[in-house]
Amino acid sequence: MIRRAIRFLDQRSGSAPLLRKSLRYLFPDHWSFLLGEVALYAFIVLVATGVYLTFFFDPSTAKEVYHGPYAPLRGFHMSHAYKSVLDISFTVKAGLLIRQTHHWAADVFVAAIVVHLLRIFFTGAYRKPRELTYVIGVLMLFITLLEGYLGYSMADDLLSGMGLAIGYSVALSIPLLGANLALLIWGHPFPGDPSFWSRMYVAHVFILPVVIGTLMFLHLALVASRHHTQFRRQARQTERRLVGVPAFPAQAPRSLGLLAAVAAVLFLLGGLVQINPVWQWGPYTPSLGTNGAQPDWYLGWLIGGMRLVPHFDVTLGKYTLIPNPFWGGALFPLSVLVALVSWPWLERRLTGDHAAHNVLDRPRDAPTRTAIGAGFFTWVLLVFVAGSADRVTVAFGLSYPAQIWVFRVLVVVAPIVVFLLVRRVCRELHQAELIERDRERAEAEARQAAGARAPRPA
Amino acid sequence: MRWLRAAAVALLGALGLARGAGRRERVVQPGEPAPRSELVVAALLLGAAACAVAFCVFYATDSLGHQTQLLGLSLGGALALLSAALIVTGKRLVVEEELEEDYPEPESPDEQEQVTAIVRESARPLTRKRLLAGAAGVAGTALGAALITPALSLGPALDTESLYDAPWRRGTRLVGERGTPYRAAGIETGTFYTAFPEGADPEELGSPVVVVRLDPAALALPAERARWAPDGIVAYSKVCTHAGCAVAIYRKPLFAPAEPRPALVCPCHYSTFDPAAGGKVLFGPAGRALPQLPLEIDATGQLRAAGNFSGPVGPSFWGVRTRRPRST
Repeated sequence: MIRRAIRFLDQRSGSAPLLRKSLRYLFPDHWSFLLGEVALYAFIVLVATGVYLTFFFDPSTAKEVYHGPYAPLRGFHMSHAYKSVLDISFTVKAGLLIRQTHHWAADVFVAAIVVHLLRIFFTGAYRKPRELTYVIGVLMLFITLLEGYLGYSMADDLLSGMGLAIGYSVALSIPLLGANLALLIWGHPFPGDPSFWSRMYVAHVFILPVVIGTLMFLHLALVASRHHTQFRRQARQTERRLVGVPAFPAQAPRSLGLLAAVAAVLFLLGGLVQINPVWQWGPYTPSLGTNGAQPDWYLGWLIGGMRLVPHFDVTLGKYTLIPNPFWGGALFPLSVLVALVSWPWLERRLTGDHAAHNVLDRPRDAPTRTAIGAGFFTWVLLVFVAGSADRVTVAFGLSYPAQIWVFRVLVVVAPIVVFLLVRRVCRELHQAELIERDRERAEAEARQAAGARAPRPA
Repeated sequence: MRWLRAAAVALLGALGLARGAGRRERVVQPGEPAPRSELVVAALLLGAAACAVAFCVFYATDSLGHQTQLLGLSLGGALALLSAALIVTGKRLVVEEELEEDYPEPESPDEQEQVTAIVRESARPLTRKRLLAGAAGVAGTALGAALITPALSLGPALDTESLYDAPWRRGTRLVGERGTPYRAAGIETGTFYTAFPEGADPEELGSPVVVVRLDPAALALPAERARWAPDGIVAYSKVCTHAGCAVAIYRKPLFAPAEPRPALVCPCHYSTFDPAAGGKVLFGPAGRALPQLPLEIDATGQLRAAGNFSGPVGPSFWGVRTRRPRST
């Protein structure tokens, strides 16, 4: 049966050699290699649930009066977009489950990418010959942020409208061309032309998913063509020799099990843990605002960046050059992107290491890289945490302006401190290992010498 | 009967295949049989099936079909059990052999050489390479520009005047959400009101204003705005000059210590504006004061605009401070 199926396929596609190679593709065994897979599987859940949602969502700003089952909003004027999200949540059977699962999957997707990126960075996996894989991965992360932002902006609830207003202000703030660009995208001064909604919609459900899917395919094709990196856990694992379990039979059930596990967690979250209850926010209108607005977690670093900047616009006399949102909303993420993308080449400059690497470093093996990474991550993380300083004020009563000043100092000082500290710790760990190795060698030599003098009893 | 026969044939075929494989050198190393784990996997798979069926039943039952928790539990449970079955399969039922192989060659210098040669030699007959490259560059750029040009229809990219629009002019009445005019006598201290220009689209950024009443003695408006706050009533654009959110918080301590002084605050990034001092920024990232709307009280005691805003409404952009708002 199996042989006949494979013969049928091979005779018509010539794919038996490829199939054989794929089944014996080797996966080095380490839990951290599964992080990228988690992202992949979250993406699969996103596409599946997203397609379902498109069958019910209506990206129109045309107004209607709500008469649906959610009593507190009855009689409200709202867009078809918001009304259709309410209907997905209250009228469509299983609609809320799918919607919440979709939202959770987006949050988990970005989280998995970020943790995956940290693993890649701190083990030096991005080095030659895998720089392209890495750059594509970083690009995917940033496109995913935009994709997620559009996703929750389309719902046209109060929170999403405020998010769009901020996006509009960041676009406007771009020097010289900002006003032109913002009017091009929105079609009309904020809240924009009605066609802006179909633009967001087609970008969210078609253009960006296709771009992400294509990049993901390239990413995986490049991984497969250069094979996985590996930690050196056995003597036979070298730069030239790869040790791992084959895709089939050993890796396949594990990987599929992970797919099912990711889907299980997402559906359990979608069913049991409420996320973005849009009916509580109400429909958007520019004259209203929610108190204590918080975006999805992955935009926290941008809201933090925008909140930390002191109040100034760059002006030349009365002429405004650079409005304030540019720093936190555009330059900050842009510099993070540029730093991440250029890092492999920057490191090569710093270390002069032009060799290809298949064996991973442990963080301590490259103290300077680990220290730079830790400092950089601290910088972004602090800005991220600063984004929820208002919640700290609400929960603990700490003065908000005082917190902002503390963060303004910390984002400058803490990365440097972390850099020095981490480099020191890495070097000490490395030193300790060298001492340990020397001691073991000395003891072995001593044993050998003792053994040579006194022959072992028979 | 026919099915039975087919099953028997398939079984024999499978056995034959197994025997056939036995004679050749094995590709996959033989593993230890684990009959108990097989039972566990079967039980997990049946459990997953039961959960999946439960999901369908919940969905179809009218009283339970909208129970998101039940639906999520059953579907998530089915997937979790399936995951467990697969993981047990991976750990116990299939051979966990570690293999090794060489990494692919880092590069193929011969092929590189050939590709280079193919490209070079194909271009050899060309005598005016630079001219051709230049012409191709020009054509490519021009065609690129031509293909991008239709994108300009997306919005008035070349005409940014509309960013200065605000639907206020001298005499426009301030009305509430439902269109009722505000009376000066109805504006109390300690709270704030959202007003719109009568007859205009309330969704435009230039429309909403916040109105508060302050102690006239506490006002510190710029000299040219001395008459903009009749009876201490001031009005400012409700749209933050930082990122365009609604300035939806009025900080007005009602009991001691009555400090800090009243301020208008945007909940997005906590830009804080001083309503007594012409909307000056007190704290937060906003780089420009909140535009003030001059007010007057008409003969019937209603609030009217005495002109348009002191500056452009909404988030800032290149050159924003050079112009006054345009009444629409």
